[in-house]
Amino acid sequence: MSVFRKLKDGLSKTSNSLRGMIEGIFQPGVLTDEFLDDLEAVLIQADVGVRATSTLIETLREEAKKQPIKSEDDLYRIMADKVGEIFLLVDEPLKVSDTPPTVYVMVGVNGSGKTTTIAKIAKQWIDNGKKVVLAAADTFRAAADDQLAIWAKRVGADIVSHQHGSDPGAVAFDAARASIARKADLLLVDTAGRMHTKKNLMEELKKIIRVISREIPGAPHEVILVIDGTTGQNGLVQAKVFAENVDVTGVCITKLDGSAKGGIAVAIASELEIPIKLVGIGEKADDLKPFVPYDFAYSIFGLDRTGDVDPS
Amino acid sequence: MLGVNMTMAFENLASRLEGVFKKLRGKGKLSEKDIDETLREVRLALLEADVNFKVVKDFTAIVKERCLTSEVLESLTPAQQVIKIVNEELIQLLGGRTYPLDISGLPPAIIALYGLQGSGKTSSAGKLALHLKKQGRRVLLVSCDVYRPAAQRQLEILAEAAGVSFFTLADGAPPESIARKSVEHARSSAFDVVILDTAGRLQVDDEMMEEARRIKEVTSPKERLLVVDAMTGQEACRVAEVFDEVVDITGVILTKMDSDARGGAALSIAKVTGKPIKFISVGEKIGDFEIFHPDRMASRILGMGDILTLIEKAESSFDKEKAAKMEEKLRRKEFTLEDFLDQMTEVKKMGSFGDIMRMIPGFPKAAANMEVDPKEIARVEAIINSMTPSERQNPDIISGSRKRRIAKGSGTSVQEVNRLLRQFFQARKMLFQIGKPEKIGKLRLS
Ligand SMILES: Nc1nc2c(ncn2[C@@H]2O[C@H](COP(=O)(O)OP(=O)(O)O)[C@@H](O)[C@H]2O)c(=O)[nH]1
Ligand SMILES: [Mg+2]
Repeated sequence: MSVFRKLKDGLSKTSNSLRGMIEGIFQPGVLTDEFLDDLEAVLIQADVGVRATSTLIETLREEAKKQPIKSEDDLYRIMADKVGEIFLLVDEPLKVSDTPPTVYVMVGVNGSGKTTTIAKIAKQWIDNGKKVVLAAADTFRAAADDQLAIWAKRVGADIVSHQHGSDPGAVAFDAARASIARKADLLLVDTAGRMHTKKNLMEELKKIIRVISREIPGAPHEVILVIDGTTGQNGLVQAKVFAENVDVTGVCITKLDGSAKGGIAVAIASELEIPIKLVGIGEKADDLKPFVPYDFAYSIFGLDRTGDVDPS
Repeated sequence: MLGVNMTMAFENLASRLEGVFKKLRGKGKLSEKDIDETLREVRLALLEADVNFKVVKDFTAIVKERCLTSEVLESLTPAQQVIKIVNEELIQLLGGRTYPLDISGLPPAIIALYGLQGSGKTSSAGKLALHLKKQGRRVLLVSCDVYRPAAQRQLEILAEAAGVSFFTLADGAPPESIARKSVEHARSSAFDVVILDTAGRLQVDDEMMEEARRIKEVTSPKERLLVVDAMTGQEACRVAEVFDEVVDITGVILTKMDSDARGGAALSIAKVTGKPIKFISVGEKIGDFEIFHPDRMASRILGMGDILTLIEKAESSFDKEKAAKMEEKLRRKEFTLEDFLDQMTEVKKMGSFGDIMRMIPGFPKAAANMEVDPKEIARVEAIINSMTPSERQNPDIISGSRKRRIAKGSGTSVQEVNRLLRQFFQARKMLFQIGKPEKIGKLRLS
């Protein structure tokens, strides 16, 4: 099964339910206020957020003026195109530094998938013959460093770690030095999960990032916020608060191999204008995909993009 | 902590409802249309809080039916009646009451934890172990997660932190063997409780769900708890339904409640599966674990503090006539030391000042910390009695020499007089701040 297929299958579970809900209420022809009300609820349900929802409703109203919306597929296509446009507006590839090492810092709430995503990114670079160093700057959660060490061994990356409970800034410092000394191409910094509501933990994160930019000019090249795809509308709040505290340059949405909604991606792109850059679709090191705006948008509504090449 | 957490996520919902209820409040009588309009807002607010679509539909139907009774329609305070009904129905949805853990019967009692990846099972296992250990039970923590790197090590560390024993088998043992052996071990070593931590799994992963079922089969756990992240969206219901189907869950642990998620998903789970939420996890420390209270959660979802408790408390203990007079005064921005004394006495009837203030969403923290103890009231009384009528009416004129005289007269010190004045000015400021008539009316603080 192609990876794209897998992604689409995962996403189609979302769209099945979204479609299921719309199917129950759609009637061809004019869009009644009642229908649009229900559609509004369905879209909010799909975690696409209030702003994107009203954008989509507005778009439908406009389109309906031009010509009657005859089928559900028409309805989906109009919305999918709009969502694709929202994604495309902020789309941006992962930055790679001309002067190695490139540095990515992973941030996010507890259990969102930071450590696993690091292993996945490391694997991709190593498969391309690059040298990767991992910084175990989660010194808080029990056995977090063990977890990263096991991954490092599995994918063939170096790891820099200190004792449990030590200063994560110091780990970042040593890792930055080590990745320069060892001529690494990529440094991936794992950080402890933190609730966006905790001020002091946000300060700690800023410090880690400061240390890195002092040691490696221009770094970090990406601060990637990892969001669990099963997250509801709180995902938007998470993204907002993390972005207010640190310069979040991209988002990775994980666990889309379940029946999770990709909806939160729409909310983030539309309301915060932060690009989605990666998609996690499993627990294995290979289960990571780049984000492709229109594919993702179409998958949300369970549509095929005929003529399009499988990106994998 | 839950009561006043007026964080960003709540603001929308709270202010939304505030707006709707304000509109209602202006009306002497409610029509069906008014109620429909209100419920439309309630519906959107709940959807935004991640409450399941169907659950919302049923919920608003029930609320509507209750609102259309004459009791509400003809009430002088229909808005309050509506809020009250919404709140009561929410509590019902959440299970209505607390449900204790069932670990009765012949020991060891087995508790199995299930859930999606990253939902917080392992930390919850450690927290639950500590919770039970504090009740004097001998707990064995068991890791059946053979997949996630270092998951077993994580639980072992948590067991140490909780001061309980840990069990697993060497690499390569399948999860159900670990589970079975751990129970044998617990039996022979006289443990009271065995907590089985299992690997995170997606409800769509048939193989892994089958494993979950086998673990249940070989150990017959008395409690099968589903661990759910409070930030989960609409997924929560589907996840809970499948887990319930496969392992017949007996309850839910809701984690990451220290986030600002409104936890509407939780509401839906209780409704959809009919299984109660038993615990909530409120932080990263091993002690951050509490028994679940539906009423507090309802307040949190509505984003209005325990405002109803406040209304009721205030209603039952305030002197209505005095309250009306006070309201009139506040409207004219009058608040004297005598009023202050009156208020303190009233408030004393209701319990500590701080407790009450803390129930008001968005209330200034400093003000909420004011405590009223009986001795304090006696002192305040003495001080105020030593003042001249004009000083009582107009405390701003109280100078240094007056303070010395008052202190002497009341057998207190200048510091105590100062403290009282400070408290008074603070209270006055705060009352004028929230003293917009309709708010005061709603709170019946006056
Ligand atoms: N199914 C699935 N599980 C994932 C994915 N990404 C991470 N996980 C799992 O989620 C759990 C938490 O991941 P982890 O990387 O430890 O999260 P962290 O706390 O943010 O570092 C682990 O059990 C991972 O295996 C994904 O894309 N799909
Ligand atoms: Mg981690």
